[in-house]
Amino acid sequence: MRPRGKRAERRAATARGSAARLGLMAAPVAFFAVFFAYPVAAIVARGLRVDGGWRFGRIGDVLAQSDVRHVLWFTTWQALASTALTLLVALPGAYVFARFHFPGKQALRAVVTVPFVLPTVVVGTAFLALVGRGGLLDELWGLRLDTTVWAILLAHVFFNYAVVVRTVGGLWSQLDPRQEEAARMLGASRLRAWRQVTLPALAPAVAAAALMVFLFTFTSFGVVQILGGPAFSTLEVEIYRQTSQVFDLATAAVLTLVQFAAVAAVLAVHAWTVRRRETALTLVDAATTARRPRGRGQWALLAGVLVTVAVLLVLPLAVLVQRSLGASGFGYYRALTREDGGAFLAAPIEAIGNSLQYAVAATAIAVVIGALAAAALTRRDAGRLVRGFDALLMLPLGVSAVTVGFGFLIALDEPPLDLRSSWILVPLAQALVGVPFVVRTMLPVLRSVDGRLREAAAVLGASPWRVWREVDLPMVRRALLVAAGFAFAVSLGEFGATVFIARPDNPTLPVAVARLLGRPGDMNYGQAMALSTILMLVCAVALVVLERLRTDRSGEF
Amino acid sequence: MPPSLLGLEGATVRFAGRAVLDTVDLEVAEHEVVCVLGPSGSGKSTLLRAVAGLQPLDAGRVTLDGRDQAGVPAHRREVGLMFQDHQLFPQRDVAGNVAFGPRMHGASRTEQRERVAELLELVGLPDAARRSVAALSGGEQQRVALARALAPAPRLLMLDEPLGQLDRSLRDRLVVELRELFGRLGTTVLAVTHDQSEAFALADRVVVMRDGRIAQSGTPLDVWQRPANAFVARFLGFDNVAAATVAGQTADTPWGKMPVPEDAPQGTRTVLVRPTGVRVVPADTGLRCTVTARTFRGTHVAVRLQPEDAPPLDAACALRSAPEVGDAVGVEFDAAEIVVLG
Repeated sequence: MRPRGKRAERRAATARGSAARLGLMAAPVAFFAVFFAYPVAAIVARGLRVDGGWRFGRIGDVLAQSDVRHVLWFTTWQALASTALTLLVALPGAYVFARFHFPGKQALRAVVTVPFVLPTVVVGTAFLALVGRGGLLDELWGLRLDTTVWAILLAHVFFNYAVVVRTVGGLWSQLDPRQEEAARMLGASRLRAWRQVTLPALAPAVAAAALMVFLFTFTSFGVVQILGGPAFSTLEVEIYRQTSQVFDLATAAVLTLVQFAAVAAVLAVHAWTVRRRETALTLVDAATTARRPRGRGQWALLAGVLVTVAVLLVLPLAVLVQRSLGASGFGYYRALTREDGGAFLAAPIEAIGNSLQYAVAATAIAVVIGALAAAALTRRDAGRLVRGFDALLMLPLGVSAVTVGFGFLIALDEPPLDLRSSWILVPLAQALVGVPFVVRTMLPVLRSVDGRLREAAAVLGASPWRVWREVDLPMVRRALLVAAGFAFAVSLGEFGATVFIARPDNPTLPVAVARLLGRPGDMNYGQAMALSTILMLVCAVALVVLERLRTDRSGEF
Repeated sequence: MPPSLLGLEGATVRFAGRAVLDTVDLEVAEHEVVCVLGPSGSGKSTLLRAVAGLQPLDAGRVTLDGRDQAGVPAHRREVGLMFQDHQLFPQRDVAGNVAFGPRMHGASRTEQRERVAELLELVGLPDAARRSVAALSGGEQQRVALARALAPAPRLLMLDEPLGQLDRSLRDRLVVELRELFGRLGTTVLAVTHDQSEAFALADRVVVMRDGRIAQSGTPLDVWQRPANAFVARFLGFDNVAAATVAGQTADTPWGKMPVPEDAPQGTRTVLVRPTGVRVVPADTGLRCTVTARTFRGTHVAVRLQPEDAPPLDAACALRSAPEVGDAVGVEFDAAEIVVLG
């Protein structure tokens, strides 16, 4: 064949590839444009446009205010401190999970992951029950942390422990231990071999985990809302306050933009480290690298990690359950079934049904959108544009959920998109947060499908659709289920956006908990604990199912 | 005999109660090249790891220069180990890998640079210093791994399947190079392999292992000519092995009576008939067999023969006179090629 003809043919193939990719991307792009970019833009415009003209000067004005600067400063340093503390506490855990065999390891791995899928409201409530007024520490030693920043930091460690254990531990368990042995044979001590060989290999995973933790804590809402009191406020909490209590939309808009810029910067760094993580490491089967601890030092390390998990992760949840039972047995639970006409038009228990319905719908949306996006991102010919799309998909994790929720209210209220009174509004907002999890869970698995398998199928006569159906789908089915489980748990716990758009007569579980906590009296407090316990159990069950399905632990969550 | 550098006395390692290394005694003299040969799972890699200090012993001891190594950590034993799949550090370039050992031993930058240049020259990759290890071919990786292992000048160099992953022609070439290099440097080497041709080509002494025990130890020629038992014989690729009763210069075997050398041990024994000792003759003489397979081996043709009431026999025939599959032939035996095993 003449070279010209070949080139033309290749161009045609590229064009076909692009068309297929655009087709796959169309739905996710449209979804994000309408339900993410548009509402956020509407809020920003509402704040910064006056009489048809833009007032960018307001940005400077707002940033000049000392209390805004204070919030910015606090948001940043508490996120940095939370990240450092989480790494410090969780890295030994990552090592223990990666390298040691011990009885009950599988169960413990599920236990440490429970906090991550717990709704922020539950986490806040659990810590309140532990370190707050009348909490366990208060009763035992008169110690209260709820007015200090420590409550927030500890709750953030609680929340993100699993991020480090999974991201770093996942890679660690696949590093060939013989790399370290090779260094030792060349004269490096145990510690030096770790520093010279293992640490450089782990560095990108540690960086990726640190960035995720920073992102989650930088945008922390539910935890700070409950534990921060009047003294501590993150950007997200401040946006909520400005929008729903002070009604200063201009300030809220500026804060939203600031948060957006910060998150975009963090995500850019994250994307860079993730790409670096994929360099030339030879990975081995994780099952072959773990063994029983040997010697006093290793047993002590294992014991230390177990104690940490017990005190930091299990104790708050146990206290939560204990408080929900109170002195009256199941009294608080029974009270949940009664209509009280105060904060609720219906019995609080109905929030369970609402939450489940919303979460199922949100999961369905997130899985469809996320799977399409992941499929588009996996195509071998993915160019720079598509990689940008990759980062874009992560944005909803960082952009103020409060802004999204409020944006829904003011942007989607007129034809052709008048969804104000539609129940679908809540699942749509929740799906936005679920999509990044779906994409992140599916991508590593889809990318690990050997391209030659697809070629083999094609040579045997399978059309592209059949190739996907026969080769990709069977390999990603588990990942798809895991992704769905994550989306479900995340939707169930979504608070920042839902608090705006859930209708008063149809609250979700986290919204109902927050409302109960906002009212005085032991009865309301106890009911909040009871409802949080129910929410925790639902999430834990979802997670246990996930753990059973999950085979590959190298994913990012 | 020169004083022994490495000694193992009753070395035992158990995994989950099973002894992977079972009371092994072994000595390696200074400047000696010893090759441990055995099938996978015979405990040979564990042997290396025990000497290296990467695998604690459950019983027995390892000595270097007569000093017990119990409690000496891996990085202080001054032994080198070249891993089966090399384990080059992917984050470092070739020079960074080779310089790692000298750096751990506190060499200055200049010393490191000189050592790297010297060793890359030695292994025939003088210009590779700045290359990424991921960009190396299999043979080049093997050379870099060797340079890295030699760089800290270990007292004892251990090789785990040194040429395992390379293709045959490269392996044949490298094994000659290695032998020449070790001779020139006077390196003491303990290598393990499952490939007999590699072991025979490389070693001054071959140690055959089976199920964590040493089955035989001797020079390549010794082991090849007089396998200690049926296992060693079969492992070396000899399949004509059978039980026999030896009386005088005759052995009674499933293939009939056959002559054995004068000094053969007597009584109930195992005999090995080398394929070259199986002579194919016209069908009306000797043991009647049918030819069931015929494989061209370059220098000869390997023929598989099926007697009527006995186990199959392998015979090596000259290229021109080899029978065809299905032919009926007779077989006679050559006393010089028959070994009565101990």
